[in-house]
Amino acid sequence: MKYIDEFQDPELARRLLDDIHATVTRPWALMEVCGGQTHSIIRHGIDQLLPEEVELIHGPGCPVCVTPLEVIDKALEIASRPEVIFCSFGDMLRVPGTGRDLFQVRGEGGDVRVVYSPLDALRIAQQNPDRDVVFFGIGFETTAPPNAMTVHQARRLGIPNFSMLVSHVRVPPAIEAIMASPSCRVQGFLAAGHVCSVMGVGEYPDLAERFRVPIVVTGFEPLDILEGVRRTVRQLERGEHTVDNAYARAVRPEGNPAAKAMLEDVFEITDRAWRGIGVIPDSGWRLSAKYRDYDAERRFSVDGIQTREPAECRSGEVLQGLLKPHECEAFGTLCTPRTPLGATMVSSEGACAAYYLYRRLDLTTPAGREVSPVV
Amino acid sequence: MCLAVPGRVLDIEERDGTRMATVDFGGVVKEVCLEYLPDLQVGEYAIVHVGFALQRLDEESAKRTLELFAELGLLQEEFGDPWEPAAEADGTTPFAGEDFIPEVRK
Ligand code: SF4
Repeated sequence: MKYIDEFQDPELARRLLDDIHATVTRPWALMEVCGGQTHSIIRHGIDQLLPEEVELIHGPGCPVCVTPLEVIDKALEIASRPEVIFCSFGDMLRVPGTGRDLFQVRGEGGDVRVVYSPLDALRIAQQNPDRDVVFFGIGFETTAPPNAMTVHQARRLGIPNFSMLVSHVRVPPAIEAIMASPSCRVQGFLAAGHVCSVMGVGEYPDLAERFRVPIVVTGFEPLDILEGVRRTVRQLERGEHTVDNAYARAVRPEGNPAAKAMLEDVFEITDRAWRGIGVIPDSGWRLSAKYRDYDAERRFSVDGIQTREPAECRSGEVLQGLLKPHECEAFGTLCTPRTPLGATMVSSEGACAAYYLYRRLDLTTPAGREVSPVV
Repeated sequence: MCLAVPGRVLDIEERDGTRMATVDFGGVVKEVCLEYLPDLQVGEYAIVHVGFALQRLDEESAKRTLELFAELGLLQEEFGDPWEPAAEADGTTPFAGEDFIPEVRK
């Protein structure tokens, strides 16, 4: 247990681990859905502390990674227009589109600005009435309510020069798609804690029942993850499949009703393509009819974009838990955070980036190459 | 970006018909919208994501999480200037981050 002293409460960590070791009698594959959890797991070596029967599979829970290439290309196109101020969260800057990224657009003269909150973009629109301000609205159920509120405010305050490029995604349909796939190995889910802070746990019982899979709402601190694993393994060993909340300090069963109501008003459910995975039915949101005027895709007609994914990148398989990042041939050679081929190597929540940043010396690539740590 | 960070409410005011607060995230102070947690009070802690308070949190767990995030450098990532790492990865000079909305310091 070589990493355990780094834990915030090593004694509690040891107790949780002992319990997991004592409970496990056969192999189980669990998927952590959230990219923040993936980083916590790799950073703290949690996968190595668990009994070898327990395998953690990394899920598609990084909003930056799953934003489809086509949407990135639309963003690049809109951001290049001279009349536009394009506002984005900082982690989208280096996500590769076809041939370039937002950072390069900015270098070529595009007015690209990084904001901390979507409300900052709205303020920029108020301050620049003669420009078109476009906000890049991506993210899961945690980010969608702030973005929804921002569109709502734009309408309420009558700010005509603001619009949003919307590409929001929903977690439950992704879980469903993963479970329905014939190559699926996942037997239990650690559901993403902060998504549930907003949405509650109401969407999960049906999934748990239909696929007979335990779903345990889990936070992303190391101890939270150990507790999530412990509860999932307990259920599996007992042949149970219920929804359990291991992150009660931040997740109420009903979630945040005000945020859910705003989501329902501003957005409507739509099919959405996930980068590297393909279209998942009902897995996204777009602006509802009432708010269509704020849709940047309509305002800037950016259809007919030709996209091109690098052939070497296997992030689709990584995102579905079919391949570990270091098993990709390009990992650490052609593809590094400086020369990323896929979004999973760029994003602070991407699985490839997690392996690159925190990989351990004993990690070798399929060609037997040793990869040395960079941090 | 998906990271939601706990913070403590310093004060609350109504702006443009919206309930807004200044919130302290272990030293970094930012404006936060309270529309989704309208009964949050000064002194309380909440989980905040991209400028919106999303769920109440007790003081002890809030402090523990903040410490951990600081240790892992995640606060820097969430609140720091994103142009610099982008430029470094690109091998170019940053744009000095001149238009990055700075935090409110009080
Ligand atoms: S290592 Fe790079 S090329 Fe390989 S899957 Fe990850 S992002 Fe794609």
